[in-house]
This record gives sequence, structure tokens and C-alpha cells, in this order.
Amino acid sequence: MVKRKTPMLDELEKGKWPSFVSDIKQEAESRNETDVDLQTPKEVCDDLLDLLELSFKDREGHWKHGGIAGVFGYGGGVIGRYCDRPEEFPAVKDFHTLRVNQPSSYFYRTEFLRKICELWERRGSGLTNMHGSTGDIILLGTTTPQIEEIFWELTHNLKQDLGGSGSNLRTPNCCIGKSRCEFACYDTQEACRNLTMEFQDELHRPSFGYKFKMKFDGCPNGCVASIARSDMSVIGTWKDDIRIDQEAVQAYVAGEFKPDGGGFAGRDWGPFDIVKEVIDLCPTHCMAWNGKKLGINNRECNRCMHCINTMPRALRIGKETGASILFGAKAPILEGAQLSTLTIPFMRMEEPFNEIKELVGKIWDWWSEEGRSRERLGELMQRKGFAKFLDVCGVKADPRMIKEPRSNPYIFWKEADIPGGWERDIKDFRKRHQK
Amino acid sequence: MGAEEDKKLIIDTLKGKKTKTKFYLKDFNNMFPERRPREVSKLVNEMVAEGLLEYWSTGSTTMIGLKGAGIQHETEDSDQ
Repeated sequence: MVKRKTPMLDELEKGKWPSFVSDIKQEAESRNETDVDLQTPKEVCDDLLDLLELSFKDREGHWKHGGIAGVFGYGGGVIGRYCDRPEEFPAVKDFHTLRVNQPSSYFYRTEFLRKICELWERRGSGLTNMHGSTGDIILLGTTTPQIEEIFWELTHNLKQDLGGSGSNLRTPNCCIGKSRCEFACYDTQEACRNLTMEFQDELHRPSFGYKFKMKFDGCPNGCVASIARSDMSVIGTWKDDIRIDQEAVQAYVAGEFKPDGGGFAGRDWGPFDIVKEVIDLCPTHCMAWNGKKLGINNRECNRCMHCINTMPRALRIGKETGASILFGAKAPILEGAQLSTLTIPFMRMEEPFNEIKELVGKIWDWWSEEGRSRERLGELMQRKGFAKFLDVCGVKADPRMIKEPRSNPYIFWKEADIPGGWERDIKDFRKRHQK
Repeated sequence: MGAEEDKKLIIDTLKGKKTKTKFYLKDFNNMFPERRPREVSKLVNEMVAEGLLEYWSTGSTTMIGLKGAGIQHETEDSDQ
């Protein structure tokens, strides 16, 4: 075993949590012993560790900012990374990242995982990030000559495409959806795949002033957290009533069924108390329990999912399902982080998804026309106002878009609607009103 | 204007910039104020495929410049 002098990195191996330092060391050892015909420097992981140690010592990074690395015809999916101390760390002189479009909901065959690991050991550093926060498979660290080779193997042998980076549509992402989850209000995987295929050009070539992300949650539980992490959040919902099986409710109350599907079982919480654990926790107080029957005032339900999560055998989503479409979530660079804003309360989500595609087109046109360079959609919405955004989308304001009356109302007066318009004679006004 | 004239306008405009070598897509839109931005981005992407322009990306944002102009990372310490 190589004796490294990386005392600061070694600190990151202590404690009970998994350590990325241990992982890189393990791969470094593996590369020293492997009989694979490595196409990248054998010492790539060793140099990476030493470079990181130097960064900790210097208290500054040693990666240059940006690059032109990419594959022919694509303007995304490869992120150029170059070390600023190439003489000392030649194996990580160039250490590019590849984003690979993940299969919907991360369904893999072990055969595929073995192939991608073999490819990345041979042509990359062997280090992966499964998965990046956008959802892609992240392959960390390869050299410039290997990029086209990897792309060829990825697309021809593994039938997998690169994902989005830079000012592109980013790789769309979805929850596990109807494949495994009874709460899914639409087929998230089909929607994700269909829109990915539709917007291939935007995914692979920079088309905007900045990034654009779309994520698909099958229900308001939001397992891909689309409301916080995507410019367009598609969140499953239903129009009609929550379906109640009163006998199953009785069974929960009697302790025959475990609440939360048997979750939270690490300690004794006592017998299930439907009033304390469900009725009183309803955020809109739209539920009632008289000891025999559960009632829900569905018009007041805001789809928090708590009751359905707690008693999934007794309560089910409605039958008339679709999705709410929200726009504008972003992380804090300007102004601060914000969640998506409800724009389309309900849209049916059925193939060929023309309605949502048309909406996306309108919004991209407006964002490209009005948006500044590096301005996220959510920032543009804030700058221009939600009234304007609704105009762009071609939808009318709806009480469901407002959290509470008079707290954040949207004023939609237009000059044409006002007798006499906006203009006024300030001198005439001052005759009647002092400064 | 025809496609070739559009491309010439882009190249001449970029060559005329003495202090910048990387540009946002918005800068290209401003060269064609009467066009839809999506049309301009398609033209720019076509010029990249033809080898006239090249992308430069931080991973977060993409900029576009004349092929070979400005800092090229591998040749950062050279005279370019």
C-alpha cells in the first residue's frame, strides 16, 4: 500500500460516516493493481488526492474555471476541468466531468452498471457520483483525447446519451412514479422520457441565457423535490375526492394495520391515535372523526398527503388525476432561494403531452426575449411580476395561486381598464395635495 | 439577410471586439434584434458545428466565441 502524506484528507476518514477520501484511496489502490488496459494515467486518483491536500493546505482551489471540452455536435454534457498545477500533478492535468442522462427513476440492470464501471475504469478515473443533484450519472475525471471515445462507447454500446450542462435544458428527472408507487397521479417516467426526447436540441446545445431544469413528481410528496429544484415543477394531483375505505380506517384505529406503512417503528409511540396523528395535523382542518366514520371536506384539502401517507390502506388519491405545473424554483445566487410558484393548477398528463410542450415553448420564448444573461426564470418572474408571467402563459389568475387574500395579491389592472388611464396632471394634483 | 450574411455579421462583430473573446447568447440576439432568440441560437449552434465558433462552459453557464480565440486552457500560458 502506498504511504501518502495527506494528513488533512485523512481527517475526513474519521467518524462513522462514509468518506469520499476512503473511496478515492480504494480506487487508487485498485488502479495500481488492475490488469485493465487503462487509457488514462494510472496515478489519476493519487494525484487527485495530493492536489486536494494541497488545496486544503493553501486554502484555495487548484482547478481552473471553465473550458471548451466537449463532443462534436454537442454543447453540453462535458464539463471541462483543468488543474492549475499540471507539472506537479500531471495525471489530473485535465480531469473532465461527464454528465450522462440517467434512466428514468434510476432503474438499472446490474449488467449496465458493470459495463459503465468498466468503461469508466478504462477510459476515466474510475470515480463516479451516482447521482448528481440534477439526477444524472456523473463520471468524474477523464482526459481530453478520451472524451469522443467515451461518447462513442456510451451511445453505441451502452445506448445511453449525455445529459445537460451549461446554458442548456438540464437532464429532466422524475420520481419512481407508477412503476412502484400507488400515489403517482400520472406516469412520471413516460412524461420525463417524452419531454426529454422532444427537447433533444435544447438538452444538447445551449439555447438559453442560463440553465433550465424540469422535474416530474408523481404526487405532492415530491420525491424528486421538483418544487425546490426545478424551473418547471410538474407535481401530480387530483381533482376529485380522496377515496376513503371506512373499514380500513377502523382497522387502523383498532391497531390491525400499522400506520405509515410500518415506518417510524424504531421506538414505542403507543397505540395509534387518529385524532392526534391525523385529524389535528391536517393543515386545512378539513377532516373529522366521530369515532366511527372519517369525513373529509375535499374542497378545503390542499393535498399535503399526510393523511394518505399515514393510512395508505384506508385513503387513496382521487380518480381524476393530472398535475399542477409550477415555475421558478432556484438556488440562491440572486435574491435568495425560492420555491416554484403555482401557475397551472391542473393539467391532464397524457401522451403526447402537447399541452405542457406548448406551455414550455411559450415560456422559453419569453425568457429568451426578456431574460438577462444568467437570469433564471424565477428571477425574471420576480422582476417582471407574476401578472405578466400569467399573460405569457395565457392563463387567468386563480385564487389557488394565492397563499392568502391580501397577503400576496396580484393586481391586474391595465391602463385601458381605468377611466382616464394612468396619466395625470401633476400640477393639477398638487393644487389639491401638498408635497 | 441570407444565412451566409448572418454568419459574416456574427464573425465581423466578434472580431471587432477588442477586449472580449467570450460572449453570452444574449449578445448574439442583440445582433439580430428583429429575430426570435430561438432562431439565433440555432444559427449560433450551426456555426459551432461548422467550426467557426466554439462553446466555452464553466459547467454552469455557456459562452460562445470565435474558434481558437482567447484563453484555451491547454494553451493558457502561451501567448494567446
